[in-house]
Amino acid sequence: MITFALSEEQTMIRESLQGFAAEVLAPRARAIDEAGEMPAEVIQAGWDFGLIAASIPEAYGGGGGDRSCMTNAVVLEALGGGCASQAVAIMAPGQFVSALIDFGTEEQKAEHLPRFAGPTPVAAGLALQESQFGFAAEAQRTTATRKGNGWVLNGEKRLIPLGDQADHFLVLARDPDGDGLGAVSAFIVPRDAAGLTVTAESGSQGLKPVPKARITLNAVELPGSARLGGDAGIDAGRLVNQARIGAAAVAVGLCRQATDYALPYAKERVAFGEPIGKKQSIAFMLADMHIECETMRWMVWKAASLLEHNDPGAARASVLAQDYVRRKAIKIADDALQIFGGHGFIRDLPLEMWLRNARTLTVLDGPVSV
Amino acid sequence: MADFRLSAIDQQILDKVIEVGNSTTAHTRYYEDHEHETPPARLEGERGFEEVFPLFGQRQPDDTPMMTFMMAVSIARGSTSGVVRGLGLAMPSGRASGLGNAALQSAGTAEQKTKWGNLFLSMSITEPGAGSDTKAIQTTARLDGEEWVLNGDKIFVTDGVKCDGAIVWATIDKSAGRAGIKSFLVLRDAPGFELVRQEKKLGIRASDTAAYAFRDCRIPRDSLLGGDETVPKGGGSASYKGVMKTFNMTRPAVASGGVAKAKGALEFAKAALAEEGVTVDWDKSFNQRSAVEQKLIEMEADTEAATLSVLHAAWLSDTRQPNNLESSVCKAKGGEVCRTIPQAAMELLGGMSVSHDHLVEKYLRDGRISDIYEGTGQIQRLIIAREILGYSSEELT
Repeated sequence: MITFALSEEQTMIRESLQGFAAEVLAPRARAIDEAGEMPAEVIQAGWDFGLIAASIPEAYGGGGGDRSCMTNAVVLEALGGGCASQAVAIMAPGQFVSALIDFGTEEQKAEHLPRFAGPTPVAAGLALQESQFGFAAEAQRTTATRKGNGWVLNGEKRLIPLGDQADHFLVLARDPDGDGLGAVSAFIVPRDAAGLTVTAESGSQGLKPVPKARITLNAVELPGSARLGGDAGIDAGRLVNQARIGAAAVAVGLCRQATDYALPYAKERVAFGEPIGKKQSIAFMLADMHIECETMRWMVWKAASLLEHNDPGAARASVLAQDYVRRKAIKIADDALQIFGGHGFIRDLPLEMWLRNARTLTVLDGPVSV
Repeated sequence: MADFRLSAIDQQILDKVIEVGNSTTAHTRYYEDHEHETPPARLEGERGFEEVFPLFGQRQPDDTPMMTFMMAVSIARGSTSGVVRGLGLAMPSGRASGLGNAALQSAGTAEQKTKWGNLFLSMSITEPGAGSDTKAIQTTARLDGEEWVLNGDKIFVTDGVKCDGAIVWATIDKSAGRAGIKSFLVLRDAPGFELVRQEKKLGIRASDTAAYAFRDCRIPRDSLLGGDETVPKGGGSASYKGVMKTFNMTRPAVASGGVAKAKGALEFAKAALAEEGVTVDWDKSFNQRSAVEQKLIEMEADTEAATLSVLHAAWLSDTRQPNNLESSVCKAKGGEVCRTIPQAAMELLGGMSVSHDHLVEKYLRDGRISDIYEGTGQIQRLIIAREILGYSSEELT
């Protein structure tokens, strides 16, 4: 049945997070971006909503709620509507947790999930991106080779969110003899594994205050139990698509925020004797921004919903949503800046920050997942 | 919770619509070549919507809401390589599914609905000098005893040849601007009502388009839709707003027609390219795709986005929520893809796509109107901009 209705619970979460985003995240977004550091209290404030613990089964100390990609899409859009960087910092550990819930063996869940159900934030990150330009998940270079009952990992992973503090990384690696996403597995790698080196990244255009790490895996030896899902492995396509749609959901929130910010300005700013919002060249830009904010959201919702149900159409819907958001989100952020003219270029206002964040969210396979 | 999956029966209905539509491919060019005929109810061997209709009985109460689903049906229907006639039978208003019927149902009195509800009614608004700017219309109506006397010219009347009557917009007080505009039901045999010509068009040739002249055309006093003969001061009339309200459900329907042609062209291109060995691999990342694969994905994403915007506007209507803004959003998207997608499909397919051997060129010609009628894309953006900026129609023109 096709319906655009959110559940009562989703509506409540959405409303409370929209309030949090507007009152708490947005006002300090600029200061955090300038400082280039993510305050611990931001992550704690987000953690206090229990967003990540909610979907951890009760057996592991969690809330026992549904593991819902749709709910996560709603959460990420709401938080992204306040500040994309803070949204990512708050929700990045969810990538690790969701992957464990979706694909982990009982032993893996029992070992790792309980510590994410407590009151103290726990950092963990998905290690997906690599150094080469034109990175593609199905053609990644990090390899996992069988050695006895265990595995040996070699390669380098980049821009891992919260990688500075993560106690574990979920590293995606490819069977060197295999092809495509079917050959990609995920490995739970402890930070102190021999052969693993963690270094801070040089910085990044967008999501600037989100701590990001680079890890090199030099013949890192892991036990057989480190492979997520055990012998069954994972559906890497599903995992990667959850990350892509996660970033897209944040971008939708960002675009709504940028559009809503530009609207009152267009009514205030006078040029040639009237507000620029009364000129069709500006009014039509705003109309298009509104149109695409709406349609991007439905694209993201559809992908998230199909991913949640593991529907056969989920991969297609994810590719379409990612493609659509990639094209539209960057244009909306860019047009919002353009409406402000020179003021949009100055770092006093958030426009240039939103452009940087929009570009980052639409080229980096998700630092957050639905 | 938000869901985008169809039930088995709904999928079966859409599959059946497509099967029936594709089965009539042989007749497709007939409608092109017999533009000046009012087509017969059914051509020899042509299958129709009556094959689909019985399946609706198997739908469950918790299936996709009706208007939302009918938008999906409309998109499937219009995307086929043939025609599926008789869809009107499935609509709530029965046989009388003209645009004018929507206006009658929305703005007419109970008596008027009873009296004219079974007629097929066209909508006659546009004039040689007034298109989207409807308040500029010049056709006048003057009360003379118990009759209205209409004078003026109307063009672009959809179904204007085959209809039983038309809902005609005319002003009863030019000085009052929009507030003076009323709608009148004029039957085809009214004295002074002339069918001037049937237009020749780029596409949608099976749908007739008429031009009318009213020369002292006399109609009974009770032909004024809604019956309100007053002209309110300083504001739009209830009658005008009543008629504008009809577009809340008709815009999604018209948008669905545009999306349908985009989808048809896209499906044609995908099938044709698949024969040449080019298909989209949903597992491939952006950087691993060919330019043609990427173009196909963009076309499919644009079509999907437009589809969802149409379904959303209809779903709001189904769930009794305001959808004025969303109707314009979906109409803007439907209007966009009806142009860009068939154009892109032909670009991908190259020179032979222009040939009448194939139908892809027809999707471009048939689809193009969707960004014009029922409000151009520019008008939709104007409506959206006014709404989100909080400007009146006088403040943002």
